[in-house]
Amino acid sequence: MSTELLSAKSLFCERDDRILFEGLDLTLNTGEILQIEGRNGSGKTTLLRILSGLSSHFEGELFWQGEVMGEVQEAYLADLVYIGHLPGVSGQLTTEENLRWHCALHPSLDIEKIDYAIAQVGLRGFEDLPAYQLSAGQKRRIALARLYMSNARLWILDEPFTAIDKVGVAAKEALMLKHLSRGGSVILTTHQDMSDQMPVRTLSLGEPQEVAYE
Amino acid sequence: MSNQQTSFAKLFVHTFKRDLVLAFRRKSELVNPLIFFLIVVTLFPIGVSPEPQFLAELAPGLLWVAALLSTLLSMESLFKADFDDGSLEQLLLSPQPLFMVVLAKVSAHWLMSGLALTLVAPILAVMLFLPAEGMPGLMLSLLLGTPTLSLIGAIGAALTVGLRRGGVLISLLVLPLYIPVLIFGSSAVQAAITGLPLGGYFALLGALLALALALAPLATGAALRISVSG
Repeated sequence: MSTELLSAKSLFCERDDRILFEGLDLTLNTGEILQIEGRNGSGKTTLLRILSGLSSHFEGELFWQGEVMGEVQEAYLADLVYIGHLPGVSGQLTTEENLRWHCALHPSLDIEKIDYAIAQVGLRGFEDLPAYQLSAGQKRRIALARLYMSNARLWILDEPFTAIDKVGVAAKEALMLKHLSRGGSVILTTHQDMSDQMPVRTLSLGEPQEVAYE
Repeated sequence: MSNQQTSFAKLFVHTFKRDLVLAFRRKSELVNPLIFFLIVVTLFPIGVSPEPQFLAELAPGLLWVAALLSTLLSMESLFKADFDDGSLEQLLLSPQPLFMVVLAKVSAHWLMSGLALTLVAPILAVMLFLPAEGMPGLMLSLLLGTPTLSLIGAIGAALTVGLRRGGVLISLLVLPLYIPVLIFGSSAVQAAITGLPLGGYFALLGALLALALALAPLATGAALRISVSG
């Protein structure tokens, strides 16, 4: 039985005199992956930032489990992992230090799980190197390590597979399936094809419309 | 409730330590405000006049202005690196109160700039022939005044972090709010030299600090949300 986690009603967003989307409705149920599709510049990242609560440049309403977002913001944030364009990894800190700070920001996370997460993303042996010495893919893996530690129900992932190798992508897909089976759900954007066994629903964003001035 | 309080305390300590570690790994940020302070104070006698009497008269104001400017210069870096690598987004998405994180970051920053300046100031004061009676006034006024400067500067830094060249704008935004601190700070040193009671100045500086401690982190948090949202 799937229940509604996140929903949005009549979202409207305009940027630089172009309407990215208008009257956009979406619902996300537990055990579901929602893939946002669209060309470059069609507002995928903007939509994800709006849904995560980072951006407030929009009109419309957001609901978390049927309740208005403004009233349940804290509960929502506690149940959310967001991985954006920028990995949120500090170059001067080591892998472990980065994850430790992440645990401090999210008190519900278990600090003991850091070791497990580092092993799962294949960064064993790199724990003590500052992140700026790692490759782009490895840096992204530090960000993705958060998923292995998380017990949040909603994951919002913006291009999570950028710079990740094939083995890594397969591992992340397996992780997502496990997450779904626990009643979680995922919203993501990706230009890569995902394997057929993933229960993906897609939402296409059209071309941005120029604002017509009278 | 107590569980929540320990998690707030943990967050504060963790962020504080993280910022200290980051500052020590990026040495330039650590040293820059001090070098600037040193340069301004040493150039003054060379540029204007090495006359001891003249310098002694100038010293309270000069030390305070130099401390203020070097704090201002160091403010830009407070949130810049976190903004560039996306840590700031993660920070805003934390269910923990932003107030604590901001307070921890500003405290760490003050330890590197304000406190360091306060500790170096007496040496430079000797160079400027500041009378010995003025020393306690100088140290105490800087100790009370520089945290206020850091707290207010953080608001400016948060508002301009999303801009490409925010440095000048920070100065414009923040300088008017720095003026009272400068006035009371340098007057306290002057009063100490002439042997007047200092209680009033310290009370005013303390009041400014209390006000800044309570309000500035809130304003900074709100400013960060606006900057990241843009």
